[in-house]
Amino acid sequence: MSLRTPLGRVRGLGTAKDGTDHFWVQRVTALALVPLSPLFVGLVWSFNGADRADVIALMGNPLVSSLFILFIVAGIYHAKLGVRVVIEDYIHSEGLKLASLILVSLLSFGLGTACVVSVLILAFGG
Amino acid sequence: MAEFTLPKNSRIRTGTTHPAPSDAKKPKRFKVYRHEPESGENPSVDEYTIDRAACGPMVLDALIKIKNEVDATLTFRRSCREGVCGSCAMNIDGTNTLACTKAIDDVKGDVKIYPLPHLPVVKDLVPDLANFYAQYASIKPWLQSDSPAPADRERLQTKEDRAKMDGLYECILCASCSTSCPSYWWNSDRYLGPAILLQAYRWIIDSRDEYTGERLDNLEDPFRLYRCHTIMNCTRTCPKGLNPGKAIAEIKKLMVERRY
Repeated sequence: MSLRTPLGRVRGLGTAKDGTDHFWVQRVTALALVPLSPLFVGLVWSFNGADRADVIALMGNPLVSSLFILFIVAGIYHAKLGVRVVIEDYIHSEGLKLASLILVSLLSFGLGTACVVSVLILAFGG
Repeated sequence: MAEFTLPKNSRIRTGTTHPAPSDAKKPKRFKVYRHEPESGENPSVDEYTIDRAACGPMVLDALIKIKNEVDATLTFRRSCREGVCGSCAMNIDGTNTLACTKAIDDVKGDVKIYPLPHLPVVKDLVPDLANFYAQYASIKPWLQSDSPAPADRERLQTKEDRAKMDGLYECILCASCSTSCPSYWWNSDRYLGPAILLQAYRWIIDSRDEYTGERLDNLEDPFRLYRCHTIMNCTRTCPKGLNPGKAIAEIKKLMVERRY
């Protein structure tokens, strides 16, 4: 029960002056993933039956390793932005929402770093 | 968490059945949501079978007939009975619309009538729109200008600028679109919803208004504006055939435009 007026509740804490970057970057990463995703899948598919030396040789090509890293960064960043929206939509308890947002940030940065480092290790000869 | 099931005190029980009059030529059954919060009882769905042959063509005609002739306790809002005032917005046959412009014969089988979804119910088909109206007030829905109006005439606008408000000024604030939006269901405490954002865009795009930037500032928020995920229920349900989804997209485009 609150005796605040409806207008007072609606105005609340004011605007966050934020959201446009999130909106824009989500669309830019989506656009980037349009060519990156099929290229990534095609390259991984081409590894089928190859031995480790073949894979390291291919990953040593800067174009291939760059494409992998771009796909990883764009993909994970896009996913992180999307999951943030899902959390904000459905989790209304402030504590749980904050904890989930922190967890998603840490997981995505951790996963992204591990993937990029793995690509670099292969790119520099395993 | 968001609510996916009805709370215990909102679960619907079977209500009263009012059979058709014995001389009915064309009986038609209406299943109407009934709720009296002060009674402490759960809501019910009452059945009314009326003679369609002795009733006007619209769902509102049937509701008025039921109230006049069968059950005077049935409560709903209505005023203009011609799709201009927006008072009789309700959920008919699973879609939010105006009872006064929804033809009974367009509904196959029983006509199921519920209040607009996900709002507190004052009584029967009357929802509490206090939050909705406060959200409308928050966007300052009036012309804001520091330049004084010409002394001898109204503020002028080109025909092209006037045309930009077509598809916006027709909104009657019936709340059908906002209450059809899942994002508004889950977050109406912070998300303004399609109706209010369409109205906000109506003032943003008005060439006579001088507070465009401040209006955009007031909307730039992950919740107020960016809870719109382009689900498009709003556009599908609008009884006036407007496109709130497009209006929201236009606001987002302006947000990007002023940044880059």
